[in-house]
Amino acid sequence: MSDNIEKKSEPLLSKKRKELLSNPMDSDNPITIQVLGICSALAVTIALEGTVIMAIAVFFVLVMANVIISALRNTIPNRIRIIVQLVVVASLVAVVDQVLRAFAYEQSKALSVFVGLIITNCIVMGRLEAFALGNKPWDSFLDGVGNAVGYGWIIIAIAFVRELFGAGKLFGQVILSKEWYVANGFFATPAAACIILGVIIWVLRARSGYVED
Amino acid sequence: MGYFENLLRIFIDAIFIDNMIFAYFLGMCSYLAVSKKYKTAAGLGAAVIFVLAITVPLNWLAYNMLLKEGALTWISPELAEIDLEVLKFIVFIAIVAAFVQLTEMVIEKFSPALYNSLGIFLPLIAVNCSILGAALFLPTREYDLAEATVFGLGSGIGWFLAVVSLAAIREKMAYSDVPKPLRGLGITFIIVGLMALGFMSFQGFKLPFQRLDDQPKEEVSTVENQSSDAVVIQTTKIEE
Repeated sequence: MSDNIEKKSEPLLSKKRKELLSNPMDSDNPITIQVLGICSALAVTIALEGTVIMAIAVFFVLVMANVIISALRNTIPNRIRIIVQLVVVASLVAVVDQVLRAFAYEQSKALSVFVGLIITNCIVMGRLEAFALGNKPWDSFLDGVGNAVGYGWIIIAIAFVRELFGAGKLFGQVILSKEWYVANGFFATPAAACIILGVIIWVLRARSGYVED
Repeated sequence: MGYFENLLRIFIDAIFIDNMIFAYFLGMCSYLAVSKKYKTAAGLGAAVIFVLAITVPLNWLAYNMLLKEGALTWISPELAEIDLEVLKFIVFIAIVAAFVQLTEMVIEKFSPALYNSLGIFLPLIAVNCSILGAALFLPTREYDLAEATVFGLGSGIGWFLAVVSLAAIREKMAYSDVPKPLRGLGITFIIVGLMALGFMSFQGFKLPFQRLDDQPKEEVSTVENQSSDAVVIQTTKIEE
């Protein structure tokens, strides 16, 4: 997708555009293949509720930043593009942070610094650099949606395993009763997040046949 | 329980107990990317120590002199009600990015040798989460300037230790027969997990002196979401 040579008559969801949307969810996943955005993937996944909020926040920031940068792409001087990108992303994150404080205060406290760290989330910067700077807003929108969903489903999968086995709960509801299940504290630790992510990557790559050097 | 013991405690906490990588996963992206070779890992690690030790106090100043509610009273008492905290993300990231850019230019000008060994890593650091993360911890932790500096330095050294040790393991691993789909990223994550388990043992590590204010205060964290009967290893619980 290096260049946008499409004609005006291209349908809104052509084959190429469908791939923009679907590739990041599977064969070009931002976490398991591109290795981006790992920090928050590991740190926020202790419980499902916070993770879902985080996924929504990243979705909003990534899609909006992609569209804004893409719309501005011809006016941004190349030398200062990093600063421009950082300012756009930081403003969007400030909006997200204020909304969370207003409507989900407890969760925003629980996520602590990790909402702010969406600014330096490599997925956002990576997509802006690699895609939004060279493509039209609609394509960038689809690319942002694809990558945000690809990111979201991985972190939700990790959080599912960690909350289920670490606390016997899902979304705070008891699933595995204390009477017969002893919660495994290991899954609540940061180390477990790493190992679960390693195993998810193993499974996905075994399925797709992708081998790193 | 003097002031210097307090500083020492913050320092050791930041290196071992609240390690940037193993307790908070900050700076993971560059951590995984540069840990293939020991030499590059050491170079980036040194750059992170340097940038953290300078930008954390700079951001402390920005936060306490500019952004915090009532921080502007040093200009005029009428400004006591102004709260610019909403701007903290933009200000912090601007300071980090500007400082990194400045350092790069200064090093390039005065020490080309150092620039060649370190220079390529410096731009990477502006988007290293551990730098911004350390700044974002400041508002909740209420350090003073000296404590903030020590915290920045300690966090940097902790990051350095983590990246160098992972790089050493990965270099040795070149001789191992890892299953194909697990090669590269997969096995690295599992190793990081095991290393994090090792670092957890530092949490039982009681230093002989307490922090200045004896009130144990729990930092609000995701850990609170989980059931109390689990064997909680409270990675983010700190006594302040």
